[in-house]
Amino acid sequence: MSAEWPLYEVFVRGKRGLNHVHVGSLHAADDTMAVRNARDVYTRRNEGVSIWVVRADAITASSPDEKDPMFAPAGDKVYRHPTFYDVPADVPHL
Amino acid sequence: MDTIVQEDLQEQFEATLARGDRIEPRDWMPDDYRATLVRQIAQHAHSEIIGMQPEGAWISRAPSLRRKATLLAKVQDEAGHGLYLYSAAETLGTSRGELTEKLLAGRQKYSSIFAYPTPSYADVGTIGWLVDGAAICNQVPLCRTSYGPYGRAMIRVCKEESFHQRQGFELLMTMMQGTDEQRAMVQESVDRFWWPALMMFGPPDADSPNTARSMAWGIKRDTNDDLRQKFVDMTVPQAERLGVRLPDDGLVWNEARGHHDFTPPDWDELAAVVRGDGPCSAERLAHRRRAHEDGAWVREAALAFAARAEADRAGEGAR
Repeated sequence: MSAEWPLYEVFVRGKRGLNHVHVGSLHAADDTMAVRNARDVYTRRNEGVSIWVVRADAITASSPDEKDPMFAPAGDKVYRHPTFYDVPADVPHL
Repeated sequence: MDTIVQEDLQEQFEATLARGDRIEPRDWMPDDYRATLVRQIAQHAHSEIIGMQPEGAWISRAPSLRRKATLLAKVQDEAGHGLYLYSAAETLGTSRGELTEKLLAGRQKYSSIFAYPTPSYADVGTIGWLVDGAAICNQVPLCRTSYGPYGRAMIRVCKEESFHQRQGFELLMTMMQGTDEQRAMVQESVDRFWWPALMMFGPPDADSPNTARSMAWGIKRDTNDDLRQKFVDMTVPQAERLGVRLPDDGLVWNEARGHHDFTPPDWDELAAVVRGDGPCSAERLAHRRRAHEDGAWVREAALAFAARAEADRAGEGAR
């Protein structure tokens, strides 16, 4: 069996004004073919106006296995949320 | 891994399930959970790919350009569904190539329904109505399955299946408004597909040893028999509207249960098909193998082209 085509992750912008969102992956021999295949696999019914593809092996991700979770520091910083601040109910536009 | 850490991970996994949260690719998961998912998703993906064959054979013989365009779009969707599912399976640490090899070696299965022939054009409509209808019953609950990538793939699949079912029903309605001969074609096709459609939900619950565990893990959401019942209840009024008879003398409304009673299909026949002894099992696999082998040079050529282009770019950069 010959080598498999590399894996690409696919991101689609659903419509103008939205971020690209991860929709899945596919195999392609190169970048150009990955975009074409992404069009055929993930946007057969106008699901997008723009496609990004990136080699899966080029992605660096946070690890869910870390003992001290990466996102814990955000947990005790409630002062980063607007609801942390008490203001009188009769102040308009706040 | 030491036992304490192992227990810790197991606890976190179960807590995630208990909260109704999804398990995601890089999370720790029990080996059996992973293996069950790979088996189920691969079987599902293979079904979509093999499922292109029975209808694909009618593309060149479709009676009008409209029907041909519909059928092409539908068969292309099946290819797409297969790819969404292989993509979900690959997040579990397997590869599409490996799964394809296992299918071709007969070590992984595909849905029993595609081992049946499609000798009549009415079968295109019946597959859309009954087979895709049964598939929808099976698949809608899977949109809430506990493994994130599988659930997300199923949401896409289900959206598209509804086109498949409706085009099938419309095709049959059109034929039912045609000549006596066309009506007879529809009835003959429904007679052949009714029992295999019931088998699509798998063996009865009593003979489905993995169901309880899959449900505890949130991989499956309903039992085979519950889904089969739902399908029958859904289909009876559709058959009436269509004017076809479902070929079961035991099919009657049971007021007390609030469901239809019906005759179970021949489970020995299902067992034979699952074993690979269905009417078209050998043909389907041979066709898939031939397509895979005939396409090998294309896959190799595309890789060689990509490598050459890469080398050219590197050469230009060095200059």
